[in-house]
Amino acid sequence: MANYSTNEFKGGLKIMLDGEPCAILENEMVKPGKGQAFNRVRIRKLISGKVLEKTFKSGDSVEGADVMDTDLAYLYTDGEFWHFMNNETFEQIAADEKAVGENVKWLVENDVCTITLWNGSPIAVTPPNFVELEITETDPGLKGDTAGTGGKPATLSTGAVVRVPLFVQIEEVIRVDTRTGEYVSRVK
Amino acid sequence: MPQPFWAPSADITTLKKRAAILAKIRGFFASKGVIEVETPSLCRASVTDVHLASFKTHFVGPGSEGGLDLYLQTSPEFAMKRLLAAGSGPIYQLAKAFRNEESGRHHNPEFTMLEWYRPGFDEFALMDEIEQLIQLILACQPCTRITYQQAFLDVLGIDPLTISFDELKQCANEHGYCDIAQQETNPDTLLQLLFCMQVEPKIGIDAPCFVYHFPASQAALAQLNEQDSRVAGRFELYYQGMELANGFNELTDAKEQVQRFNEDNLQRTQKGLSAVAIDQQFINALEHGLPPCSGVALGIDRLIMLALNKGHISDVIAFGIERA
Repeated sequence: MANYSTNEFKGGLKIMLDGEPCAILENEMVKPGKGQAFNRVRIRKLISGKVLEKTFKSGDSVEGADVMDTDLAYLYTDGEFWHFMNNETFEQIAADEKAVGENVKWLVENDVCTITLWNGSPIAVTPPNFVELEITETDPGLKGDTAGTGGKPATLSTGAVVRVPLFVQIEEVIRVDTRTGEYVSRVK
Repeated sequence: MPQPFWAPSADITTLKKRAAILAKIRGFFASKGVIEVETPSLCRASVTDVHLASFKTHFVGPGSEGGLDLYLQTSPEFAMKRLLAAGSGPIYQLAKAFRNEESGRHHNPEFTMLEWYRPGFDEFALMDEIEQLIQLILACQPCTRITYQQAFLDVLGIDPLTISFDELKQCANEHGYCDIAQQETNPDTLLQLLFCMQVEPKIGIDAPCFVYHFPASQAALAQLNEQDSRVAGRFELYYQGMELANGFNELTDAKEQVQRFNEDNLQRTQKGLSAVAIDQQFINALEHGLPPCSGVALGIDRLIMLALNKGHISDVIAFGIERA
């Protein structure tokens, strides 16, 4: 893997830090009036998801991380692995629990997810921004409420729990924003 | 709404206010009898400073058979000192300065620098005058003053003038800079790191703060202090997280100046950078005789950012580098 100098740092660049692949979020140059310049960099560790700040001496180099994102359709889980397929080559990849993490609750069959590969192995799964899921459990609630004041919890087919307006009922399909975990609308 | 790419990065109202600030600055110096001068942006020589990268270009034309390398100036300092040596008296310049490898919220590779020189002033008299100008533009609280040593003692509890290299490394480790500290061979780099990251954010918050008596090892073009040779007649001005100005009680000794340039070049080669030819015309001017004086360079774009409460240097210049 290539090395990157601090002059090449920018948001999105993937580098190795303490043996873990990381993505640069922000890069700021800090320089005293005279003397050595530094780069104050905000970094997200791609496996743990931790965000941290790190300072580099300007001009220093770090090792790049062989990380790439690929769009794959979710197929099924066998309980241990979650299987994804490239819709063009039909090549399949299995991601483990660690890679899928919390996003397991947004996995809908045939939805195309972004799988982050490090040295060819999946380390993160990002669902589409919006998914459509059926409600399996919620209080019958009051009909005729359209203002959406307060709302009520609803359990979805994947086990995810989101707040929905009172008028939404069991067996209805709703659209959810996976980035915030918030209800968007009913799906007809 | 993001502006289309042909449009200026600063809005027109800001540019009008900028023009008014520049007019005020010119008025300030006119009232004090300091003469405005203009010196070349393109010169045959550049600076040896290890941490400055200059732009180089090539002149072809009458009088330069085979062409001539020219450098965009990182500051008008050498040329202005040649004017002082020629008997100009007090002078100032609003100059474009050019520094490669510098870009960010507070840096544009091409920027406007206010540089002025006061024969007969020591650094403290010059700080008084800078304060007058700052008050004229920013109308802020009176500036405070602290020595470089006291700033470190207050914020980090270490004495930068007596601390051993090992203790300095330990201090850097404790503040989370192990990777840099481990490999560093130059104590000044660690002092600069700690100053930038730890000290600077804690000073000059409510009022602009002059930090003076920088260590002799970071004297740059300042004289060493006559009473305490561990420190130099160099100062900096900080306000609200911004480094605004750097000034010197100017070194007038040609021999010592050459020696410092040679040390810079030695450091450059050790770092794998190419050595920079010494500006011989500047040295000749020092040999002829630079009157005792103090001088300062003040970042005009940053001053305007503070005056107009803008967060990015591109907000106060017509076209930031991304639109240049």
